[in-house]
Amino acid sequence: MQHRFFPHTPDDIKQMLDAIGVGSLEELYAEVPEELKLKGEPDIPHAMSELEVRRELKRLAADVKPLVCFAGAGAYDHYQPSIIPYIAARSEFSTSYTPYQAEISQGTLQYIFEYQSMMAELTGMDISNASMYDGATATAEAMMMCVHSAKKKNAIVISGTFAEEVLRVVRTYAHYHGVDLVEVAPREGLTDSAAIAERLKVGDVAGVMVAQPNRFGIVEDFEGLAEVCHASGALLVINSMAAALGVLKSPGEWGADIACGDAQSLGFPLQFGGPYCGYLCTKKELVRKMPGRLVGATLDADGKRCFVLTMQAREQHIRREKATSNICTAQGVMCLYVAMYLSLMGSEGLRECGEQSYAKAHYLCDALTATGKAAKVYDAPFFCEFLLQMADRDGFYDRAISEGLLPGVKVGSDKLLVAVTEKRTKEEMDRLVEIL
Amino acid sequence: MNNTYYSKLIFELSRKGRKGYALPECDVKGYALNELPSKVRRQGMPALPECDELTVVRHYTNSSNNNFGVDTGFYPLGSCTMKYNPKLNEEVVQMSAFQDTHPLQPAETVQGLLALYDNVQQMLCEVTGLSRFTLNPFAGAHGELTGLMTIRAYHEKRGELQRTKVLIPDSAHGTNPASAAVCGLKVVEVKSLADGTIDVDHLQELIAQNKDEVAAMMMTNPNTLGIFERQIPKIAKMVHECGGLMYYDGANLNPMLGVCRPGDMGFDVMHINLHKTFSTPHGGGGPGSGPIGVRKGLEEFLPNPQVLKKANGSYEVRNSDGALGSVSAFLGNYGIVVRAYAYLLSLGRENIAMAGKLSVLNANYIKEQLKAYYKLPIDGLCKHEFVFDGMREEYGGDHHDENSVKTLDVAKRLLDYGYHAPTIYFPLLFHEALMIEPTETESKETLDGFISVMKKIAEEARNDRELLKTAPHNTPIRRLDDVLAVKAALFTYKDLERQDGEKA
Repeated sequence: MQHRFFPHTPDDIKQMLDAIGVGSLEELYAEVPEELKLKGEPDIPHAMSELEVRRELKRLAADVKPLVCFAGAGAYDHYQPSIIPYIAARSEFSTSYTPYQAEISQGTLQYIFEYQSMMAELTGMDISNASMYDGATATAEAMMMCVHSAKKKNAIVISGTFAEEVLRVVRTYAHYHGVDLVEVAPREGLTDSAAIAERLKVGDVAGVMVAQPNRFGIVEDFEGLAEVCHASGALLVINSMAAALGVLKSPGEWGADIACGDAQSLGFPLQFGGPYCGYLCTKKELVRKMPGRLVGATLDADGKRCFVLTMQAREQHIRREKATSNICTAQGVMCLYVAMYLSLMGSEGLRECGEQSYAKAHYLCDALTATGKAAKVYDAPFFCEFLLQMADRDGFYDRAISEGLLPGVKVGSDKLLVAVTEKRTKEEMDRLVEIL
Repeated sequence: MNNTYYSKLIFELSRKGRKGYALPECDVKGYALNELPSKVRRQGMPALPECDELTVVRHYTNSSNNNFGVDTGFYPLGSCTMKYNPKLNEEVVQMSAFQDTHPLQPAETVQGLLALYDNVQQMLCEVTGLSRFTLNPFAGAHGELTGLMTIRAYHEKRGELQRTKVLIPDSAHGTNPASAAVCGLKVVEVKSLADGTIDVDHLQELIAQNKDEVAAMMMTNPNTLGIFERQIPKIAKMVHECGGLMYYDGANLNPMLGVCRPGDMGFDVMHINLHKTFSTPHGGGGPGSGPIGVRKGLEEFLPNPQVLKKANGSYEVRNSDGALGSVSAFLGNYGIVVRAYAYLLSLGRENIAMAGKLSVLNANYIKEQLKAYYKLPIDGLCKHEFVFDGMREEYGGDHHDENSVKTLDVAKRLLDYGYHAPTIYFPLLFHEALMIEPTETESKETLDGFISVMKKIAEEARNDRELLKTAPHNTPIRRLDDVLAVKAALFTYKDLERQDGEKA
C-alpha cells in the first residue's frame, strides 16, 4: 500500500531487493529470531489522512478551557513579536541537526553564537553554553558543575527559596549523582544568609545556589554573599528569571560564578510546559568544566570569519564517562527564539517589559489586598509575582476559572502565587479583583 | 544575496536608537520600578542589538540560507534518523490550545492536552511492547539518564544498593557511559566480536566477576554498526539471572518498528528519541524529546509529574511517592509530543512496519552499490544503517598513510555535491568510520544520485587527491580551523570586539 511519506513504488522495491540479492522485505530480517517477531500489527489507531488528523487534533484542542493567565511559578505569559515563530519555522533551521558540518551549518552556528553573546551580556558573565533543556535541569547541571570544579568537596547548599519545580529536579540529580545537597529553609520569605554562612564553615561546600526573584516573587539582596562563598572556596550560583535580568542586578554584578535559569520568559509561548530553554553562563576560567555545546569563532581556509562547535574535549562523544555531562545538544532552535527576541526588544524593550510587569503586578496586588479579603504573606520588595493569603482561596480560584481567568498558582492550603506581565490589561486585572 | 552584508552578526547591524517592537502604553499609573532599592536594580544596561523589524527578518532569513536541512536535501547522518518531518505536524501544533496553555492550569481545564499526552504514552507502549511510558525527558540523553535512574530506584527499593555497575558494549555511543556517570554508576565495557556483535563469552566473564554489583546492561539493537544482535534472548537471560535489568537505547529503534519490539526482546527499560523515530524536527540540535518506557513491575518508579487516566475516563496529573523523583519542571517538551502524535496517527497501524522495512531496504541498497568503492568491514545484512571504514585502497584509502584520502575528505567533498555528510569517525571501532543512514523517506532516485556521487568521489580520489583534500569548494565557507577556535577562545561578540581592539 502506498503512503504519502514513502516514495517507493512496488517496482522500486523489486529492483532494490534484486540489487541486494534477497527475495522480499521480510528476508531483510532473516537474522531476527522468529519468536521475537511481532505477529500482526501493533494496536494503535488506523492510518489517518491529513483531514482526519486535523479533525482529531481540533477535537482534543476543543477540550481545553482558554484562560487569561495570572500564573507564573517558572512559566510566564509574555508578549512574543510576530516574526519569531515565522522565521524560526524556516525549515533550513528546523530540519537541520547539530551543526557538525560547519561549512553548511553557519545559519545555526551563527544564531547560537549570537545567543551565547546575548545571554552572557544579560547575566553579566563571560560566556554562555549553547542551551540546556530547561531552567530546572540547568540548575541541576550547575550543581554538578560546582562539585566537578571543586576538589574533594561534595556538598551543595541550596536555598529553599527556589521554586518547588526546580528543587524537585535538583534533589533528584543530587540523589543519583551522589551530591550531598543541603537545603537551607527560607526565613521570612528570604534566603537565610546567616545559616548559609554557618554551613560554609564546615568546609565541604562546593557551591551555594540562590534564586532571583525567589519562589515568592521577592527580589533579594545578595550583597556580600559572593565574598562569603569565595572565602570558603565555594562557587556562587544564581538562578534568575531571564526577563528580569534586563532590570535587576545581574548575577555577574552580584559576583556569581555561574548564572542559570530558564529563558522562557523572553517571549516563549507557554506550550503547556515546553519546549523552553535552559541557560547556563559562567566565567571564562570555568569553561572546561561547563556542560553542553559551545560555539566559537574561527577562520576558514580563505581567512573568512566563521563559527564552529568547539572545546569538544569536555563532551560525551569524546570523553565518554569522564565528560562534564551527558548532555548532547539541548534546545537548539529555541536559542533562535531568544536571539530574535533580544534583537527586536533590545535592552530598552526588556526594560519596558520589566517596568510594565512591575507596575501592573503592584497595581493588582494593591487592588486585591485593598478588598480586605487577601493579604500579602511577606512584606518585601517584589518584581512581577507575589504571594497572597486568603481565607476563601479555593472559592476565589474556582470562580475565577469559571469566569475565564487563571488567577495564579495555588501554594499550600490558603495561599496563591500571582504573576503579572506586560501582556495583562487593567480591564483583566479589575475583573479579577471584582471576582474576589 | 549580498554575502558581505549578511555574513555579519546581528550586533554588527545594530544602530543606536533603532527599535523592533511596540507595546501598548502602560494602562496603570503610579508605580515605577525604581521604587525597588537601587542596590537590587541593574546599573549598566546590557549591550544588546538595536534593530528595526526588517533588519532582523532579513538577517535570519539570509542566515538560514547558509544552513542545510532535510528539506534542502539528502541527510544520511548515521544514528540520527534524519527522516522527513511532515508539515502537518507543524501546522497542528500552532493551535492556541497547544501554544497558550500554562503548565499549571488545573487538570479539569486541560483534559484534551492530557488525553493527547496519554494517547502517545499508550501508543508507545504498543509499539515497544512495554507497560508504561513517561514523556517527561527532554532528549535522548535525558531519557537515558532517567531510565538509569529508574533502574537505580528499582534496586534501591529492593535494598540492593551495591548494584552500581552498568555493562556497556565498546561500540556504544559516548552518551551511554556519560549518562551512567551522571547517574552515579560505573561503566564496565563489554568487547565486540569481529562481526561487530557483543562478545557473549566476555559478557559471561564480566557478569561472573561483578555478579551482584550489576545494575544493568545498556545496549542498542540493532547496534551502532546497524547489525542485529541475534544473541539478544541469551544476553537478556544472563543479565536477568544475575539480577540486573536490560536497558534499550532507542536511538536505533526505527528499523524495528512493527517488526520486533524491545519488550519482546527482553528489555526492561528504554528511551525513544521522538525526533528520530517519530519524525519531529531536529531543530539544529533540539528541542527533542526522549520518552522512557518500562516493563510491568517498574511503573511505580517513573518520574513525577505523571499523567494517568482515571477509572472514570478523565485524566489527572499526579506526583507519586514511589517515583524516582523529577527530571523536568513540568511535562517535558509538550510541543514535540503533539507533533509525534500527528505522525503516529498519519502512519497508523497499517504503515508503521513499512517505515522500518523501507529504512532497512534503503540502507542495504546503498551498501551493496558502494562496497566495491568503500571498505565494508562487516559484510552481510544491515538494518537501518551501516558503517564503511574509509575508501578502498585501490581508490586511495590507506590507514597507514597520513596523506591518503580520509573519511573527512569524503565528507567534505559530499557537501560540494549538495549532500549532507554521513556521521564520521563514529563508531570508534574503526579508524575511518563513515556511518550511513538513509531512512525510509528517501526515494530510489535520491539514493541512486547519492551512490553515483560517492562513486565519483572515489574516482576523484584516484585522479585528483588534492581536490578532496581541500574540499569543500562550493559551500558558503571553506574548511575551517578547529584548532584556532580552541586556541582563540572567542565565544561572544564581546570577545570578538576585544580581539579587534587588540589588533588595532
